Amino acid sequence: MPKPDSLQGSLDLLVLKILSRRPGLHGYAIMSAIQNMSDEVLRAEEGSLYPALHRMEEAGWIRAKWITKDTGRRARMYELTVAGKKQLAAEESRWEAVTSAVNRVLRMA
Amino acid sequence: MSLWSRIVNVIRGDRLSREIDEELESHIEEAIKQGRDPGEARRAFGSPMRQREASRDMRVVAWLDSLRADVIFGWRQLKKKKVTSAAAILSLALGIGACTSAFRLIDAILLRPMPIAEPDRLYAMFCRGMDPAGNLRTTDSNEYPQFRLMRAAVKDQAELIAVSGTERADLTYGSDQDMEKAYRQYVSGWMFGAFRLKPALGRLFTENDDLKPHSHPFAVLSYDYWTRRFGRDPGVLGRTFHLGNDVYQIVGVATERFTGTEPGTMTDIFLPTMMHGGVTHDDWSWFRTFVRLKPGAMPQPVRDKLQAVFQSVQGERVKGFVGWPKRRLDNFLNQTILVEPAASGLSAMQKEYRRALTALGVLVTLVLLIACANVANLMTAQAAARAREMALRVSIGAGRWRLVQLVLVESALLAFLATSIGGLFAWWSAPFVVARINPPNNPARLALPADWRMLGFALALTIGVMLLFGLVPALRASAVKPASALKGGEDPHSRRRLMHALIAAQVAFCFLVLFVAGLFVATFDRLSNQPTGFSAERLLTLETVARRAQPTVFWYQAAEHLRALPGVESVALASWPLLSGIGANGFVAANGAPPGQVLAYFLNVSPGWLDTMKIPLIAGRDLRPSDTYPGTALVNEAFAKEYFDGENPVGKSFERTSGRRHFEIVGLVRDARYRNMREPITPTAYVPLRLDGPDEALGSGTFLVRTSRENPLTLAPMLRQEVPRARSEFRVSNIRTQKEINEAQMVRERLLSMLALFFAVVAVVLAGVGLYGVLDYSVLQRRREIGIRMAIGAQAGSIAGLVTVDVFSMVLVGAVAGLALGMASARYIESLFYQVKPTDWNVLMLPALTILVAALLAALPAVVHAVRIDPVKMLRAD
Repeated sequence: MPKPDSLQGSLDLLVLKILSRRPGLHGYAIMSAIQNMSDEVLRAEEGSLYPALHRMEEAGWIRAKWITKDTGRRARMYELTVAGKKQLAAEESRWEAVTSAVNRVLRMA
Repeated sequence: MSLWSRIVNVIRGDRLSREIDEELESHIEEAIKQGRDPGEARRAFGSPMRQREASRDMRVVAWLDSLRADVIFGWRQLKKKKVTSAAAILSLALGIGACTSAFRLIDAILLRPMPIAEPDRLYAMFCRGMDPAGNLRTTDSNEYPQFRLMRAAVKDQAELIAVSGTERADLTYGSDQDMEKAYRQYVSGWMFGAFRLKPALGRLFTENDDLKPHSHPFAVLSYDYWTRRFGRDPGVLGRTFHLGNDVYQIVGVATERFTGTEPGTMTDIFLPTMMHGGVTHDDWSWFRTFVRLKPGAMPQPVRDKLQAVFQSVQGERVKGFVGWPKRRLDNFLNQTILVEPAASGLSAMQKEYRRALTALGVLVTLVLLIACANVANLMTAQAAARAREMALRVSIGAGRWRLVQLVLVESALLAFLATSIGGLFAWWSAPFVVARINPPNNPARLALPADWRMLGFALALTIGVMLLFGLVPALRASAVKPASALKGGEDPHSRRRLMHALIAAQVAFCFLVLFVAGLFVATFDRLSNQPTGFSAERLLTLETVARRAQPTVFWYQAAEHLRALPGVESVALASWPLLSGIGANGFVAANGAPPGQVLAYFLNVSPGWLDTMKIPLIAGRDLRPSDTYPGTALVNEAFAKEYFDGENPVGKSFERTSGRRHFEIVGLVRDARYRNMREPITPTAYVPLRLDGPDEALGSGTFLVRTSRENPLTLAPMLRQEVPRARSEFRVSNIRTQKEINEAQMVRERLLSMLALFFAVVAVVLAGVGLYGVLDYSVLQRRREIGIRMAIGAQAGSIAGLVTVDVFSMVLVGAVAGLALGMASARYIESLFYQVKPTDWNVLMLPALTILVAALLAALPAVVHAVRIDPVKMLRAD
């Protein structure tokens, strides 16, 4: 199993969210997007990103297709499926619940 | 999509790996383009192999993937050792095929329920009592008037159904010259309804087709007959045929799967019971009685009611028996009615072959076990050779179950390959055996469908076999301790102990197979060398029927006509041939004394019959054309012994109790076999064919033709033409050689001895190969030890002793165990033997010697190998 990284289980949520805004990204672009949007705070490790992508693909949340880049090399582009949209909504609300709960605890303490 | 795509990905594993690699490469390229250091970008991924594994596991079904890898690996292992694998697969295939084949037969004859609605509510009625000789006997035939009373008595709880035996009959759709044969069965009209069978064409019988004697000349065809004879022509409805003296009209065709009620025989034509001559006779037993319980009814109360009717009928009948001894009257009255499940139908073949098939099933199972032991030994030896490989796998992290799976998958491959080949063998061999169950002119016809029962059996057998020979080696292989295995193994003897135990088991089974086979072969040998008392050489029997019964003198004239033909030595007539299975018997009262306890057999013959059959006349004279029945008789020695205390009976007289017919004995003849080869020779009276009275006539008879041809059948076509030429009313319905009839007496014994012999040879070969393998392996394993022993001066003899002593003590243990098993089991199949006892020395010595010789032969290569070991070379190796 892939080791947990700094994203602490939120990798799926981030990937789904990014793909929902910008469909048709390859792995590197997703990784860069996470990095840029979080102002270099969050970073998806290559070793976690690809197994996660493949897992979500098998789960049917995202789908992939091969495109040929200008360099002639093929790249695998990912986009959200209908099931993926539902999953994103679920993950988002779960995230909201967790963060608000954590925040409550922080305020109380 | 998910599971399916993951299963698909298992199959296209290589492509999947390539794609994962490609995606990662593309990622790295992108990273470099963005200005990252190539080395750093590559390092970020860590080990590419690991990355690939991680991604791969996401996208395939992991266990399936490892199974696939194991199958490929196992297949490579098998291919690496082509000869041993092929030997293992073939021996297993033979065992599995034989077992499947035996199961097919046992299922078809004994187990498979008939294709009728709710077969578990079908029972049959039997009658158990003492026969005149004082033996317990169960019969299943019934008389019709009694059947009617019984049916009425139980009609609230059960429906009784009468079905006659299925017999071959002559019938014609055109003129008398186009007679053909078909299997005919008389059944109660309501049978089809009670079984809830549907017509494939037209209609089936109902109650209304079976009301009044001799007034329902209708016929229902079986689907098979309709197909064979009429090519499924729907125009067959309404066609008529002549059978006996009646013309029947075809009204329908039964459903395809219903082939009659007798496993082993398929009915072609169903007729209503009312068309059978026996329906009005209370002394003619000619049909079986099925009991179809109504829903909710229990067999016991039905049985009690049947018993009550039976008792009252017997009570009435007994009043007509005058002069019977008390004991026989008691036996007659104290018979018990039994009602037993009969879901799979009832047939003589079931009765005759139940034990034989069971014995055969056990034999083939033993052969399969021997083959399994061989393969288990092979796997164990291989596991030893692969101990280091296993240790390595464990050291780099393979789990125990993963190793069990690895070895079991290899076993499974073996087992499935063997089953496929074995399936082919079974597909071929079951019909081969069925074709030999009955004499060739009256073959057994058995439905042998390949359905889920067969498939389930084969599958269960495959898995059972796989576990049997694969599980122990697999567990052993997985229990390997890497540290000691990599150092060179810990207890080298433990494997050998397992192999030795298997050798002992193999020898025990082999002994058992040989022992039983020996008994069957001896039985067949004794039976076929049994003197019959007459000569079957160059003798033809012509069963002949007359369109209308003809006076005996015309029959005698026809015999004269045949006698004048070229190639014919002598001709005589009889009601039927000897040993044909037909017989007439009755009680005899000699010299005015009360009737004896023993039944005498009667056969009507023509003058000159003794000469043609070559049965010597001891005293008195042969029959003359003027002699009649009743009136004159020849008797055999057994008859003289039974009724006249062995004195010469010529000139004395006796009475046949049925009809009180009186006979004067004019001649005493040597004993000859009448009914079968097994029973002691029965008291027999040969009486004239010609009946006493002015309107005497014969409807059928058998010409016995002694020819001068080595193969008498070469005369058959000519004789078939000459009989109607002698008298146009006559027609030959069947021609057989007397030899064929005699051999038909031993069909079961021949079949059993042939199959048992075949499996005995297979068992010996398999056990021999197994022994050879184990010995060779142990020499290989101990070659260094042997080298050292030789180097310090051991003689060849002691080396040979060293390598063989363990195994031979195992052979001895196995043989003793096999002997004990054989003795214990022979009791259950004693009824199949004839004049052989399991305790005879020669039946015991044969398997013992065979196994000894096989063991010696099997040991020879290993011993030669051991003695030839060059100590110098051996000690230098490694």
